[in-house]
Amino acid sequence: MDLSILLILIQDGMVNGAIYALLALSLVLVFAVTRVILIPQGEFVSFAALTYAALDQGQAPGSLYLLGGLGIAAFLGASLRARGRALAWLAVETLLLPAVIALVTLWLAPHKHGVAVSALLSLAIVTPMGPYLYRLAFQPMAEASVLVLLIASVGVHLALSGIGLLIFGPEGTRGPPFSDAVMSFGDVIVTGQSLWILGLAALSMAGLYLFFGHTLLGAALRATAVNRLGARLVGIPIARSGLIAFALAGLIGAASGVLIAPLTTVYYDSGFLIGLKGFVAAIVGALASYPLAVAAALGVGIVESFASFWASSFKEVIVFTVIIPVLLWRSLRHSAVEDEE
Amino acid sequence: MSRLWPIPALILAALLPWLPGLPLFWVSIATTIGIAGIIAIGLVVLTGIGGMTSFAQASFMGFGAYASAIVSARYGFSPWLGLPLAIAVSGIAAAAIGAITLRLSGHYLALGTIAWSVSLYYLFGNLDLVGRNDGISDIPPLSLLGLKLIDVRWSAALIWCAVVLVAVATNHLLDSRWGRAIRALRGGAVAAASFGVDTARARMLAFVYAAMLAGLAGWLYAHLQRAVNPTPFGLVAGIQYLLMTVVGGAAYVPGALLGATLVALVNDRLQDWLPKLLGANGNYEVIVFGFILVGVLQLAPEGIWPHLARLRPRFRRIVPAPALPQRDKPARGTQVLQAEHLQKRFGGLAAVSDLSFAVAAGEILALIGPNGAGKSTSFNLLTGVAHPTSGSVRVTGRTVTGWPARRIASLGVARSFQHVKLVASMTVIENVAIGAHLRGTASPIAAVLRLDRAEEARLFAEAARQLDRVGLLEHASQPATSLALGQQRIVEIARALCLDPSLLLLDEPAAGLRHAEKQALADLLRRLRAEGMAVLLVEHDMDFVMNLADRLVVMDFGTVIAEGPPALVRQNPAVIEAYLGGVA
Repeated sequence: MDLSILLILIQDGMVNGAIYALLALSLVLVFAVTRVILIPQGEFVSFAALTYAALDQGQAPGSLYLLGGLGIAAFLGASLRARGRALAWLAVETLLLPAVIALVTLWLAPHKHGVAVSALLSLAIVTPMGPYLYRLAFQPMAEASVLVLLIASVGVHLALSGIGLLIFGPEGTRGPPFSDAVMSFGDVIVTGQSLWILGLAALSMAGLYLFFGHTLLGAALRATAVNRLGARLVGIPIARSGLIAFALAGLIGAASGVLIAPLTTVYYDSGFLIGLKGFVAAIVGALASYPLAVAAALGVGIVESFASFWASSFKEVIVFTVIIPVLLWRSLRHSAVEDEE
Repeated sequence: MSRLWPIPALILAALLPWLPGLPLFWVSIATTIGIAGIIAIGLVVLTGIGGMTSFAQASFMGFGAYASAIVSARYGFSPWLGLPLAIAVSGIAAAAIGAITLRLSGHYLALGTIAWSVSLYYLFGNLDLVGRNDGISDIPPLSLLGLKLIDVRWSAALIWCAVVLVAVATNHLLDSRWGRAIRALRGGAVAAASFGVDTARARMLAFVYAAMLAGLAGWLYAHLQRAVNPTPFGLVAGIQYLLMTVVGGAAYVPGALLGATLVALVNDRLQDWLPKLLGANGNYEVIVFGFILVGVLQLAPEGIWPHLARLRPRFRRIVPAPALPQRDKPARGTQVLQAEHLQKRFGGLAAVSDLSFAVAAGEILALIGPNGAGKSTSFNLLTGVAHPTSGSVRVTGRTVTGWPARRIASLGVARSFQHVKLVASMTVIENVAIGAHLRGTASPIAAVLRLDRAEEARLFAEAARQLDRVGLLEHASQPATSLALGQQRIVEIARALCLDPSLLLLDEPAAGLRHAEKQALADLLRRLRAEGMAVLLVEHDMDFVMNLADRLVVMDFGTVIAEGPPALVRQNPAVIEAYLGGVA
């Protein structure tokens, strides 16, 4: 292996790693606030990527059905518990919002306004699915154990992957890049798309940092993460914290999907593996530390790119086995036997 | 139900598939249900009862299926040789994977099994040894006396005989010394370890047992389908096995079979209807399964079976049995427990800063002090639940500092807990019998083969004797958590006595007791003292302590502020200040 291959592998690893890092952040965030281990995070990624590719072709994406369906289901589920103004707001959030998004999409899609419009529409379509899923699946059992929530989360993943096949079909697609630029620095070739990904990922992380460190809403979410009962006692509505966390997860997942769409052919079920790699990183950070999760995500990306160079058919085996020594090291450090409630 | 139900069940399983007029379609569905049911029964032991969630059972099924496929299709050995091989390979794979994964707790373990499942799926799909994604075909069918069992009715008969045997073996395992250890994992690993249960071994036992059942299912599957590839051993299949268990009722063996039946029937209908309804072919049934899984968890997390069956705790007839051997007790007056300069820091906070005292055989020592004085932490240091930052603990002369709880228990140290730790799903007497874990030796294999009955009778006779001693024998067959909280504390004492201890540590035994019950408890402790037991108790009820204890050790801010007989301690100005906040 010469230096130029090495640099290409590292660059590839960093670019994929940046996406895993975004997903890892989102997983840590959702887990901290709601205790849900968000297995369906990967579905947001593939749904957004496929939506983006469809919009680029001037087609109305199948995900509009899912958005509408989830909105109606969330309304029906939550309307049993809401009345008066809360009911009106619920209708706005779960019925009016998807209707508006769908109308705007149907109006804009045939005209092919370019990648920026397609990207923004993809975010708008996929992001609200997060809170709708929270209302439907997780809010009714918010007090269940982490393990039960995890099993439910796997159930949601199962359902969404089937729906993904239904609305997008079995074919994979690739989305258009944000930039076709190719720069070379000596031996190193850098694509504009890589820079977009690294830049947007860094920007998103900075945004999350500012949100959590410097806004009241961010502080409320952090408080919920530290102590749910305590947060409720000081008047933070936990259910709303959960909705916001899921909305952020939807947004981050969708953004990752739009970013990854030009790099690789995305199928309806590709997101699951991408999301699981975010998990590997989040778990290395013990589902608690943001900086550690980001560092681990870059590590996972680089391991993956080297593994695909040396032993490409065992790439996934290697990436998912990497998690085991980390888990082992973690559990050896916290060896105290704790009762599992 | 009679204990002989397996015999008619086996006959039924062998004959029912040959019922004239029975459509082959149903026979074929029955084979699917049976294979899935065996895996789901493994998950009952692992997840529903042991509390460890695994999404990787389909992978273990793969180990079994591939093992038998390789030796029979490639090397021409008899498929029957593949049976022990399949079970052994799955079991060994589980032991290896468990060795590096089972230390994980709760959701980390579940995520670990997802990672394994994905990793193994790609491994199966890329290894030449197992034929990569094409898998292995031309696997020979099973044969019996030269007759090839190709007819699906043979398969159904064989599979359901296996289901019956697996159900029997599982019931035997759960109703044994190691079965109680696995069940105790749910009620609190700390409590189980405090009675000498090797919790790591109990976890491994459940994990390997479930994997061996999956391996058996894989063997049946390989010789029924006669071709294997990685698809049925992937994560989606693993999720479906967990789904069956959760839907049916994860804590019940019949629930697993019910869940497997429902999922197989729904799956069959959906594969027929959905493509027509949706106008396309694909695995759309997973959509419905996802909804079912979430719905069941929201509406009936305990599954369907407990709603169908009237579950009553099994009445256990206590048969007379020879008493268990007892350990040699230290002579009255010898030091049983010595704590020297114990210190425990949590970061900058010293919960216990300098604690020294000793308890002798035939003495009741009470550890008292205001809330937050460090009493419960001290208890944990003495019993090995937590380890001191510095200082040492000696039990009957041996230094046990740093020992795990179960090793300290093996020296004859038994305890009760401030927050009662009984296993909710077990009866009072079964909970008490956990205390006698170290006094039995039967292995899990002996339990499955029912070679442990004589020992079990002795363990339960001992449990009944201790329950009688504390006056709760009449409640023996009730669910443990149906008792009043005060009585549950007394059950914990009976459980502790089952260990045949020379040192008894009781954490607030009198809390929640009525006056007469307190008198009875005090009488019991006095009798134990007269028999030469060393008793250390933490208690807030001053009347109770002052009338009972020989000596008091008063703690405040993690250190001893007074020590001596009750009459003297009561006058000690430092004690009065600690309790009353100084002279007003």
